[in-house]
Amino acid sequence: MPMAKQARKTAASPRKTTASKAGAGSGSSTGTKNGTENPNDLPAEIKIDITFPVYAAGAYSHKDVGVDEDTVMSMYRNMLLQRRFEERAAQMYGKQKIAGFLHLYIGQEAISTGTATAINIGQDSVITAYRDHGHGLALGMTANECMAELFGRIDGSSRGKGGSMHYFSKKHGFFGGHGIVGAHVPVGIGIAFAHKYKEDGGVSISFFGDGAVGQGAIHEASNLASLYDLPAILVVENNQYAMGTAIHRAFAETQFTHHAVGYDMTAALVDGMDVFAVTKAMQDHAKLAREGKPSMLEIRTYRYRGHSMSDPQKYRTKEELEAKQNEDPIIRLKKYIIDNGISGADALDAMDDEVKQEVLDSVDFADNSPVPDLSTIYEDVYEEDDYPYLA
Amino acid sequence: MAELQFREAIRAAMVEEMERDDRIFLIGEEVAEYNGAYKVSEGMLEQFGAKRIIDTPISENGFSGLGIGAAMNGLRPIVEFMTFNFSFVAIDQIINNAAKIRYMSGGQFKVPIVFRGPNGAAGQLAATHNTSTESIYATIPGLKVVCPSNPNDAKGLLKASIRDENPVVFLESEVMYGLKGEVSDEEDYVLPLGKAHVVREGEDVTIVAHGKSYWIALKVADRLKEEGYGAEVIDPRTIRPFDIETVVESIKKTNRCVIIDESNPFASISSEIAFQIQERAFDWLDAPIARITAKDVPAPYAKNLIDYYMPQEDDAYEACKRVMYAD
Repeated sequence: MPMAKQARKTAASPRKTTASKAGAGSGSSTGTKNGTENPNDLPAEIKIDITFPVYAAGAYSHKDVGVDEDTVMSMYRNMLLQRRFEERAAQMYGKQKIAGFLHLYIGQEAISTGTATAINIGQDSVITAYRDHGHGLALGMTANECMAELFGRIDGSSRGKGGSMHYFSKKHGFFGGHGIVGAHVPVGIGIAFAHKYKEDGGVSISFFGDGAVGQGAIHEASNLASLYDLPAILVVENNQYAMGTAIHRAFAETQFTHHAVGYDMTAALVDGMDVFAVTKAMQDHAKLAREGKPSMLEIRTYRYRGHSMSDPQKYRTKEELEAKQNEDPIIRLKKYIIDNGISGADALDAMDDEVKQEVLDSVDFADNSPVPDLSTIYEDVYEEDDYPYLA
Repeated sequence: MAELQFREAIRAAMVEEMERDDRIFLIGEEVAEYNGAYKVSEGMLEQFGAKRIIDTPISENGFSGLGIGAAMNGLRPIVEFMTFNFSFVAIDQIINNAAKIRYMSGGQFKVPIVFRGPNGAAGQLAATHNTSTESIYATIPGLKVVCPSNPNDAKGLLKASIRDENPVVFLESEVMYGLKGEVSDEEDYVLPLGKAHVVREGEDVTIVAHGKSYWIALKVADRLKEEGYGAEVIDPRTIRPFDIETVVESIKKTNRCVIIDESNPFASISSEIAFQIQERAFDWLDAPIARITAKDVPAPYAKNLIDYYMPQEDDAYEACKRVMYAD
């Protein structure tokens, strides 16, 4: 199965062409192990002429992405849940109910919700880095289990062993929640490998930040995904800052779609402030992935809060932040719902109140959940229950 | 029983397990079309096809992570490192992901994966190709570390490692791949992980030695026998979990212990074993525990220097005499 690519790449034919990669021609003679091309026969020039699609904000209606009005409302609620959950989490951090790291996703919710709308939850898989609350909640994790995890309680999703950075939900196909920048992307490719191996029709979507693009793991994972034709989507959530380092200070090529060219992979640029643009991009590329065509999406987004709770944010101006807040994905969707007569402001406000209450209830739930018994420290290290070895 | 080379015993273990469980696949550099850099996987591509025997680019981090993700999603990968020296490029995957995902996920995801390949020194390969990695991996909770010394154990232990639900680091040796030995062909021949093997019984001194060092221990035991001393030789087989009970039982009989370990000495397997012995059997010891290890330097190239770097049979012999106060 993984050999299919090799066979094709060793044939004396031009690199694969897709609808979006027109005219990749003379510079394309790859792999000639058993081919008839002489690798020392150089072309007259190298010409790269590739077109990738752009999924712009405002370009798609809910009908364009095939969702009904009820679904639009549940998407709105889904985004609100992430927003209100994290606002409350930040407050609880201030009250020292939550410790350690807390990386907020606020501003990026259209990406998680658009993805959850586009994929088949349960069949498909999602993996991300440590800014993981949004993806977990979007896929169906409850506010209760998420808040209890932040509080370090036994009813938390990881029984209080993971905290903010390590949400996992096997039943939702959510593979975490990972702390080392970029290191989970090869794992995401492995999840895709297993989908293909088992022929279960699943797609694996690996989210990572712009900062992760600097990691070698991304390079290796991208190459393997394309080499083995895996049902994978690699998604750069480009929020424009790796902690305090702006992308232009970290990357020679800040158009991340261009990076896909080196892996013979298709790519697209997506406006991450519009949930329908994200949904459409994910639908299209999940379809490609199911056909064995992995892709790389750059989703432009913005993180309203600091990198973590201790970030003074001196690397950006107040004006920049305010300008971006005018593009808020939740406000945008609210306006869309009202403008299109799907619902009214009162009903949306009522929904907001309901979500706020759900989050408040999760704080009560977390507060009332017991701390883990000390004996649980030795559980979940190995499959066997005879741990610790060093008694 | 059949006489097999060490490499053939490992291959037999993989082939038998792959025949009984189609979730198992082998991935690594040169494992398929080249038939394995050390011919361990020879013929496996032909038998199992390219879906299950998979060549990779030189991307240890990438294909180790791929294995981990595949294990999380229901498969049972065997990841081959051409040598464990190259595992350092993937050490983040092994330590941060393979070992910790079960814990971080509160037990939701398991990672049944075997990382296997040759470990330790193999001659004049200089510093970067001669590292003994067992003490590095054995320090990590969540991993198991297995280090067989002979073909029969290699087969039984590898089958157990492949069936294990946890990530296992399985350490072989370039210089032992050609070693021949009788290997069980019993159906379902599996040796349990975490159980040491008392290879020879003796009353006078306990020698603990794994992997290649085991063969030094046997030679030393032979020499001591000629002089009328009985050495009890214990092969731990598994480094983590370590079967300290078997070692302690032996020391309660011999009251003396020598450890042969080709790791660099600081914070090594020998350090840990010695600590655990004094914790459990201090009152039974009649002499300080002695250890023979690699020298505390990067591995050198020159023939005389690399020979001197490795644990020496004469040193181990003299250490045994010393702890018996027979020198």
